[in-house]
Amino acid sequence: MSVYLDHAATAPMLPAAIQAYAEAMTVVGNPASIHSAGQNAKRMLEEARERVAASVGSDPIEVVFTGSGTESVNLGIKGLYWARAPRTRILVPGGEHHATVDTVEWLAQQENAVVQWIPLDDLGRIDLTALADAIASNPADVALVTLLAANNEVGTLQPVREVAALAAAHGIPVHVDAISAYGHVPIDFDALHRSGVSALSVSAHKIGGPVGIGALVLSRTATVVPLIHGGGQQRQVRSGTQDVAAAVSFAVAATAMTGELTAENARLRVLRDAVIDGVRAAVPSAVLNGDPDPAGRLPGNAHFTFPGCEGDSLLFLLDVAGVSVSTGSACQAGIPEPSHVLQAMGRSEAEARSALRITLGRTSTQADVDALISALPAAWEQAIGAGMADSAPRAYT
Amino acid sequence: MSGGVDSAVAAARAVEAGHEVVGVHLALSRMPGTLRTGSRGCCTVEDSMDAQRAANIIGIPYYVWDFSERFKLDVVDDFIAEYSAGRTPNPCMRCNEKIKFAALLEKAIALGFDAVCTGHYATILTDEQGNRELHRASAWAKDQSYVLGVLTKEQLAHSMFPLGATPSKAEVRAEAAERGFSVANKPDSYDICFIPDGDTRGWLGERVAPATGDILDREGNKLGEHEGAVAFTVGQRKGLSIGTPASDGKPRFVLEVRPVSNTVVVGPKEALAIKEIAGVKYTWAGNAPEHPEIAFDCDVQIRAHADPVPAVAQVVTVPGENGAADGVELRIIPNEPLNGVAPGQTAVVYVGTRVLGQCTIDRTVSAVPVSIDPTTVNA
Repeated sequence: MSVYLDHAATAPMLPAAIQAYAEAMTVVGNPASIHSAGQNAKRMLEEARERVAASVGSDPIEVVFTGSGTESVNLGIKGLYWARAPRTRILVPGGEHHATVDTVEWLAQQENAVVQWIPLDDLGRIDLTALADAIASNPADVALVTLLAANNEVGTLQPVREVAALAAAHGIPVHVDAISAYGHVPIDFDALHRSGVSALSVSAHKIGGPVGIGALVLSRTATVVPLIHGGGQQRQVRSGTQDVAAAVSFAVAATAMTGELTAENARLRVLRDAVIDGVRAAVPSAVLNGDPDPAGRLPGNAHFTFPGCEGDSLLFLLDVAGVSVSTGSACQAGIPEPSHVLQAMGRSEAEARSALRITLGRTSTQADVDALISALPAAWEQAIGAGMADSAPRAYT
Repeated sequence: MSGGVDSAVAAARAVEAGHEVVGVHLALSRMPGTLRTGSRGCCTVEDSMDAQRAANIIGIPYYVWDFSERFKLDVVDDFIAEYSAGRTPNPCMRCNEKIKFAALLEKAIALGFDAVCTGHYATILTDEQGNRELHRASAWAKDQSYVLGVLTKEQLAHSMFPLGATPSKAEVRAEAAERGFSVANKPDSYDICFIPDGDTRGWLGERVAPATGDILDREGNKLGEHEGAVAFTVGQRKGLSIGTPASDGKPRFVLEVRPVSNTVVVGPKEALAIKEIAGVKYTWAGNAPEHPEIAFDCDVQIRAHADPVPAVAQVVTVPGENGAADGVELRIIPNEPLNGVAPGQTAVVYVGTRVLGQCTIDRTVSAVPVSIDPTTVNA
């Protein structure tokens, strides 16, 4: 039996979203066409946009569908950066998702951006004083501030409104990567916008919708320079024929998620605490990362370091035992890397290699938690025996 | 599983032989892009994807294990250090010795595996007493027993080479195509995986500070200057940039690299002939000979694709200098002189098809005396 405890990587699709997806795919019509078939498709698309908007508390017109959460983040960051020329400074906390890290580093290499990394504390939370100081040093040259709403590895919730308020005092736009938070904590774009947030990224597959569609929630008053040029769809911000069926499926998942959020949140916290208690009992040396206060972390996230063993070895042994977990964010070609998030939180490289992320979601049950906790001690003992990858080989007889 | 055709077929055969198999790809660089070599090398992201597809088709789990730190220390840094010391290392052998059949094998055993199975063309035979012996592959043209010569008895006990009995590479490719592997026609990797463009000299030049030194003939006369001895390897002909031609008009070759004095010695091709090689760092692939101190007949091979040459080998006591304790070295005297032997290379000793052992060459004796100095000793 396979136990899936990696909901942060991707969540199982909601059956209703699969059905809606399949049904919508039978409908012909380009929503940009003028004839009745086009108008019908357009109606389906805009209804979907309204439902997704409702799930994030925005106006429908503010929802720009994209091809992925990563595209949303690229559009939010690059789009705001270019629109804010000639300002060059980007303020970004350490330990962001690669969608952000690689985007701002690209802007630094190609577009003269000056990236200023704002430190995290040992729980993974942004240092607001450091951010305020960074802004105050020269508010006029800051192009934007971007940050995760919740860290995708350790699950720490960020003080998004406080960050936005600091930026808004100087008219600096803020992009929020809410992809890992979406579906787990309420998102109210209207309130965030009043605090100073200009753009917010989400993705459908984290909440039971399909892979291949995300959204950038972009305030009516914010300006971004598009990444993709063409037919001028979606307020000229994101050209390309719109994927009606994916949007419809996304909307079904978004509506279901919104309706269940409060109850699901409470249910996942109980399960998550069972994971934390179980792991600590099974492996007393395990260290919980992120905020120990349940109110300060994503309800479905438990993240540990296991000193002296590779997260990679543990992942393998748990996988063999039928339990799917993660060492961090899903990465390119499965090549394991030390967690840059833990390193940004001040941990050593060895600690950053010993991480394991356990994330729960809609289909998670107590039986899943029990399976993890019963497989863990043997896996841990064997992984400790395998040592760390950078230590010299011993005897192999 | 490197992402190449050989390891894919080896994995499939191991499954069919009844073993429980897990595909493992080695991440040898933290930044995969730095080892990117298109279709030529290994260890790229694309290769990892190829390996995973083959594992999918075979129906086995697949993981990437990170040995980048060990690879850097034991193979890449060692490669630079060896060249800097005037020797010519073989990084593929070092990788087998330190990574594939050491770091990987140790981790695998700790995680509950019994053996490392690779797509090397070599054969393991077991004698009546259950001792394992390493032998050449059936297809001599593809034989890779040379690069496995560093394996010890303990390592051989945990190694599997399912391709050893295959008559030809073409057969492996045909089998891969039959199995539906997309890598069936993928070009073989060659050169050194961490030098993407194959320009070893340029790569070393970026990592070792250049230092102008003299190019000398065997008699010690200065013929010209070079911009760093590290860029030269014994037997090299091109790139010497000596203005004046040799008195006999014949091309000149690098005979010796002396890192301490930063000099390069050149001479005629005949002077490359070596009549004796020796190394203090030797191992036996399986049981050691009963009396290695008694000279025995063997064949010696000094490069992966060189022909084996009949020779006499023995372990000899070397008196310690300046009060140091006596040491031992494996001394090999070929029946006829060998060409282009460089210190740092590995001499693998065969008896018939069996790999008996190997040494890293740290001393050679030229077959052609110089008028002033009758022997050229590379140390």
